[in-house]
Amino acid sequence: MERTDHVVRIAVDLNRCQGYAQCAFLAPEIFVMHGEEALLYNPDADEAQRDKLAQAAAACPVQAILVDAVGAGAEAVSGDR
Amino acid sequence: MIGDGSLERFKREGRIVVVGASLAGLRAAEALRDKGFAGSLTVIGDEPHEPYDRPPLSKQVLLGKAVADRTALPRLRSVDATWRLGVAAAGLDMAGRRVRLADGDEVPYDRLLIATGVRARPWPREAEAELDGVFVLRTRNDGAALARRLAAGPKRVLVIGAGFTGSEIASACRERGLAVTVAERGSAPLVGALGGVVGAVSAEMQREHGVDLRTGVMVTALEGDASGRVRAAHLSDGSTVETDLVIISLGATRNTEWLAGSGLGAGPRGIACDAGCRAFDVRGIVTDDIYAAGDVARCPHPLFGYQFLSLEHWGNAVTQARIAAHNMLSESIDRIPHMEVPAFWSSQFGVNIKSVGVPSLGTEILIAQGSLKDHRFVGVYGYQGRVIGAVAFDQARWLPFYQELIETTAPFPPPFPTVDRHSDGARPLDADFPDPSIPTHGPTVTLSGYSPADRRMTFTPAH
Repeated sequence: MERTDHVVRIAVDLNRCQGYAQCAFLAPEIFVMHGEEALLYNPDADEAQRDKLAQAAAACPVQAILVDAVGAGAEAVSGDR
Repeated sequence: MIGDGSLERFKREGRIVVVGASLAGLRAAEALRDKGFAGSLTVIGDEPHEPYDRPPLSKQVLLGKAVADRTALPRLRSVDATWRLGVAAAGLDMAGRRVRLADGDEVPYDRLLIATGVRARPWPREAEAELDGVFVLRTRNDGAALARRLAAGPKRVLVIGAGFTGSEIASACRERGLAVTVAERGSAPLVGALGGVVGAVSAEMQREHGVDLRTGVMVTALEGDASGRVRAAHLSDGSTVETDLVIISLGATRNTEWLAGSGLGAGPRGIACDAGCRAFDVRGIVTDDIYAAGDVARCPHPLFGYQFLSLEHWGNAVTQARIAAHNMLSESIDRIPHMEVPAFWSSQFGVNIKSVGVPSLGTEILIAQGSLKDHRFVGVYGYQGRVIGAVAFDQARWLPFYQELIETTAPFPPPFPTVDRHSDGARPLDADFPDPSIPTHGPTVTLSGYSPADRRMTFTPAH
């Protein structure tokens, strides 16, 4: 096991992202604009940031932010079973 | 599956094996469960890690703004799979429907999805590749090791190959204030994917940001010191670059060697499959129980003359995974084809680069908006009088418009007056792609198939 339950995985579909920067306003610890329209994000947020992250994901006009589904994030991924 | 209930039985108690535990493998596993597959699901991955996202490895991670072992992919739903991680697939028995693993185990399947992707092409001279300070960048471990070296403050970084990955690495190095030399065999960075007109802009961006860019050269040798650390690189123009950190960015090699001799239509250019992601065998007959998705798949695309396309794109992996999953669980009449317009992104030197369609198929380019000299523009690519691709530098919001032109096979040059009147937009230019018979860095798109120029009618076994 590589992780605890205290992190939320994040990925942004940057094909969709059009640099509206709503996420960078709502969760600036996670999302930062890099240049005029490129987005940099931290792929691994703390559980404490989950609410802000959910707001940012909901506010994205093109729905490009992907986060762990509730309940799916903690699913075990082990080696041989 | 002929409507006798066997499909329903398969969905209830069948066995699906997914080989490849990265983006395509994970999204396929999720889609299979989403579509009601309740049987046993096994995911096999050669890396010991849970599925992770690779794009951050050449961007956030090298900038020190994210950690390489923390780019795990979000889970869109639970998959209830048996994960066999850290053990590679080593062989396929098509008749016995079994995948053989490197540890000797065998995993039986009723349907198989192959999503083994690609790996970084290594530096061809093995002794030199093993020098301390010589890296490739593809995996999480590569990213972690490279980020550590960058943080330690190398005197000069040498990036060999100026495709997207190489250019992103150079950009991250400059942002960290590191001295960087980039050596590219082609005439400009990104020239293989976007052509010389856009490549010239990319070269200008690199130089403006302080990259020592050398084009039209090859690195002929890497030299180590007595303790086995790299200390210099020798170039084909006779010059020498003193460097203590070399990053090989020469494109990727498809992970198909494990299929050699299996009878599946797999080789150095990927796994040939139909538009529904069903793999072909070596005789050119489509299988009904083996599917391929992601970087390793090569399938005919209706928008591009049904040529077989291999697309090393993030979005392609996601879409093909879903299509393969759908088709694995469908009667033949319900199957769907993969026909999404290819798209990719890159960010480098502060500019957001995005593309739709297949620019490298184009012969002409029209700068429809913005201007090349501002490094802010939309370039539209034309092929035989139709729009075939588009690229945007810091103009991403316009791309959906151009995507529609590609989808509707709109005429080239586009019939509307340019939205943004500018001298660059007056007329199409030669897009200036390199002669395809001259090798450059690995392409992001590989074309093959029905073209008469394609002489490769025989199966090429892996070496």
